[in-house]
Amino acid sequence: MSRVEGEASLAIRLKGDQIRDVRLKIFEPPRLFEALLSGRHFSELPDITARICGICPVAYQMTSVHAIERALDTTVDPSVRLLRRLLYAGEWLESHALHVYLLHMPDFLGYPDAIDMARAHRTEVENALRIKKIGNAIMSLLGGREIHPVSVTVGGFYKVPSKAELEVLIEDLKWGLDQAIANMRRIGQFEFPDFEEDYEFVALSHPDEYPFNEGRLISSKGLDIDVREYERHFSERQVKHSNALHSQIRDRGSYLVGALARVNLNFSKLPEVAKQAAEDAGLRIPCRNPFKSIIARGAEMIFALHEALRIISVYEPPASPSVPVPARAGSGCAITEAPRGSLYNRYSFDENGLLQSALIVPPTSQNQKRIEEDLWTFLPPLSSLPTNELARRCEQLVRSYDPCISCATHFLRVNVERE
Amino acid sequence: MLIIGIGNPDRGDDAAGILVARRLRERGIEAIEHACAMLNLLDLWATGDRVILADAVVYKAAAGSIQVWDPWKEPLQRITFRASTHEFNLADTIELARTLGRLPKWMRIYGIEGRDFEAGTGPCEEVASAADRVAEEIAGRFSARS
Repeated sequence: MSRVEGEASLAIRLKGDQIRDVRLKIFEPPRLFEALLSGRHFSELPDITARICGICPVAYQMTSVHAIERALDTTVDPSVRLLRRLLYAGEWLESHALHVYLLHMPDFLGYPDAIDMARAHRTEVENALRIKKIGNAIMSLLGGREIHPVSVTVGGFYKVPSKAELEVLIEDLKWGLDQAIANMRRIGQFEFPDFEEDYEFVALSHPDEYPFNEGRLISSKGLDIDVREYERHFSERQVKHSNALHSQIRDRGSYLVGALARVNLNFSKLPEVAKQAAEDAGLRIPCRNPFKSIIARGAEMIFALHEALRIISVYEPPASPSVPVPARAGSGCAITEAPRGSLYNRYSFDENGLLQSALIVPPTSQNQKRIEEDLWTFLPPLSSLPTNELARRCEQLVRSYDPCISCATHFLRVNVERE
Repeated sequence: MLIIGIGNPDRGDDAAGILVARRLRERGIEAIEHACAMLNLLDLWATGDRVILADAVVYKAAAGSIQVWDPWKEPLQRITFRASTHEFNLADTIELARTLGRLPKWMRIYGIEGRDFEAGTGPCEEVASAADRVAEEIAGRFSARS
């Protein structure tokens, strides 16, 4: 499977036009990150978890730092909270620009990949790389480097920028905003496969803002919970054919996280400019067509650029980059919105601040069951297509989820009883 | 000369390129460590006409085997750099750079065959030893030019 992060394959078994089996297989070895964290001091965790994923390190770092701060009853300065939102905006920009323009767009323009697309659409690809670079610049400025940021610490940042340092980004952000809006007009001209499913969308929701780091977890079918209740409502299940666990809502089944879920559940919180661009591109709420996730990601790029400009305009450096965080025993959890969807972390610490237990539930493992169920519906009308074409259509559907397979695999302890 | 070692130091043999960069710096030769985000290389190597890259590869050879490519002579096979955690891997990035006219005028790519890429582990002996040999060869090339 190409243009999907990590290593995965999809096994489909057909008999005539009947589907016998559909399995999304994840080959990556179990990533053992939870075991790797065991016994570590809380201060080490944000930098280690950032290494779980090369595409969304901020999401892992932010979720980790929020869960630790809740466990240790820490409140950060409001300016620190703003900077963390800005860092998250940088990651969304970088991740969404890569997926929308270089991984997903070739499907709609009829190219096998971005390399072939660049031959005919060089300016568009150069502009996409420039938008991605704006995200990198935010990550470098706030995170200390473009990838696997190292400046975030429990209680704040090791170092915070001055207002003038942030203002350097303004011209590029304004250019990016104009470009992202123009690109949405192009996306609105794409032909989308006629396919809809009755998804249960799940995402954070905040009363005053489009969600990055904070809010209640809600769904389109009535779920509305504090993140501390997550494990009461959601479960993970091992399946034989994949290293990644399948998540489900207890007693209900699969659900969908990510940009399409967020936009459906939080459309009113998007800035007007993003709402307008999404509507002009043909998005109507509720939107249950997974291929239209490219519009949702496009709207979120506009939001991220708009939000970055807003944050820079109101930012004043905090009195101190961080607050002291003494070690103590405690447990805490957090959910933040990674580019690919809700990411859950839960930790318990002993009185010395050493990690006793951890649970990390990445977005792709939450979507994996939903992807397989989509394929059960999507495939039958296509079953008579030549194998290569059938495979291409299925790849396009899976790609519309922007799965990050390498984050989706982690450790599960298995106990075997013999009689 | 811009020298870039690519890889993830916390993921087994994927550390190969990073080790090459570190060995070179121990010899006083400037070399950059680049972890993931292959597309960022386009901006990184925009500063140099002559670029050397070192990365882990999977080419079905023995662990620690070394191969050297000149991308101006042959396109890179995408399967070769599957060790990258990004689907936009080094081979894709080089081909995109070629299409956009952003491939440096002179480039050599050192690929070190990896065997195990498990998270939280270090490189195997064969890969560490190969990284030493690659660093030595690059250092020789460097001193011959200076």
